[in-house]
Amino acid sequence: MSWKKTADAVVVGGGMMGMATAYYLKKIGLKDVALVEKNTPASGSTGRCAASFRAQWGGALNITLGKACIDRFEHLAEHLGVDMDIQLYQNGYLLVAYTERQFEQFKKNVELQNSMGVTSKLLNHSEALEICPGIEVSDAVGFSYYKRDGHADPMITNFAYCEAARGIGVRIEKFTGVVGFKVDCDSVRGVVTDRGPIDTDTVVNAAGPWAGRVGALAGLNIPVKGERHELMVTEPVDWGVCPTMLMSFEPDYYMFQRPHGSILAGCGPSRYRREAGPFDDYQMGASWNFMEHMAGHVNKLIPRARGVRIVRQWSGMYDITPDLQPVIGESDELKGFWVNVSGARGFMFGPVAGEMVAEKIVNGHTSLPIDEFHWRRYAEGRFLVEPSVA
Amino acid sequence: MANGETENDLRGLNEDDSIVCRCEEVAMSEVRKWIAGGYDTPDELKRLLRVGMGPCQGRGCREIILREISSMTGVPVSEIPPGRIRPPAKPVKISLVARDYTGGDGR
Repeated sequence: MSWKKTADAVVVGGGMMGMATAYYLKKIGLKDVALVEKNTPASGSTGRCAASFRAQWGGALNITLGKACIDRFEHLAEHLGVDMDIQLYQNGYLLVAYTERQFEQFKKNVELQNSMGVTSKLLNHSEALEICPGIEVSDAVGFSYYKRDGHADPMITNFAYCEAARGIGVRIEKFTGVVGFKVDCDSVRGVVTDRGPIDTDTVVNAAGPWAGRVGALAGLNIPVKGERHELMVTEPVDWGVCPTMLMSFEPDYYMFQRPHGSILAGCGPSRYRREAGPFDDYQMGASWNFMEHMAGHVNKLIPRARGVRIVRQWSGMYDITPDLQPVIGESDELKGFWVNVSGARGFMFGPVAGEMVAEKIVNGHTSLPIDEFHWRRYAEGRFLVEPSVA
Repeated sequence: MANGETENDLRGLNEDDSIVCRCEEVAMSEVRKWIAGGYDTPDELKRLLRVGMGPCQGRGCREIILREISSMTGVPVSEIPPGRIRPPAKPVKISLVARDYTGGDGR
């Protein structure tokens, strides 16, 4: 295969964040955009994720971006001009609070969301059961719900961006790992891959959980680590077993039924892993401890799912940052070296974060605020506070 | 005579219409279309078409897909990344796995 040795920009990582960034860079105005992926597109975090999206956040920045992403997901195929069905499903997140303290936070969140045009609402038990009949949540204090939150197919969505990017001329090089960078004083000059070098003045590190490792190849300290999260999925069954995204932050769980019939369920590692966090994982794999723990949650919460069979379990990496918030911007130390890391919401934020980074690179300004996500905040002692994460 | 008829019937079939993945009902024509589009590993085809994601977890389609990728790309089967086979080995009921399961229906 031919290898082109120059590009206007090189994106590292073929997940949602990288693929969207590459697509918008080309679409907004760069001539020659390349994307390198060490495995295959959607093989890292995006293709393994639960692929849900929400505007029910507790911080204004996240609400703004979450809402913009919902707007985009609702019309994605037309937006991209591809004939692919991302299997969008919107019947809300039903967030469950098990303590008065959590419910107080939900009240604050809903008030802020409502003030920003997100028409979320607080629900009592009977209202929650109307949305998701038959669930066992008698021990909950209260609920919040926003109808436009939902989920889609992560792999098809990722491939839709891949097809759209390729269609407008982005070069997508799979099985191409980055092994180093060319650097000239304080500017990046190229990417060195295991298939050859590409000279460029603009690099976007969208390697998700591996972004710290990719950054280290350029001598940079990008504060991102991997954390293995596990999921399981059942055989497809009749519709209506869990027709909303049922989720709680403490205890940490989520479960929902895809339009295709399978029930997906997952949670973070803190409750079933024997070792203590923080984790620094780069191994996937699947554990019995997770399966037993998660099946227990589903067994309790959705009694009618007890006889449904689990067909598969797997895991993926969350890209964990010090405040669990995105890390986005151009390096202060190395000109032309950009980072676009989502803080474990690459599927959700990718379509908009990718566009914002592309706008910033090409036009120098963005239509939505992303400057606060720069990782220099950590050196300055500022953490972004987001109450609605597990 | 019966054997001869079966043979004739099979020869008359259009291979493109054959279902490769019976769990997810994916036809050979779909698989071929995407291999031709550059999605030439089992993992990519699985993520794109759900082949191998159903109750049998690829037992029926894995070999067929590997052979088809090989015949279309010229890469020997032994050099194609085969994709991961994931637990559990057989579908298992949620209630049987659940740690705090105490009985009731659904067994």
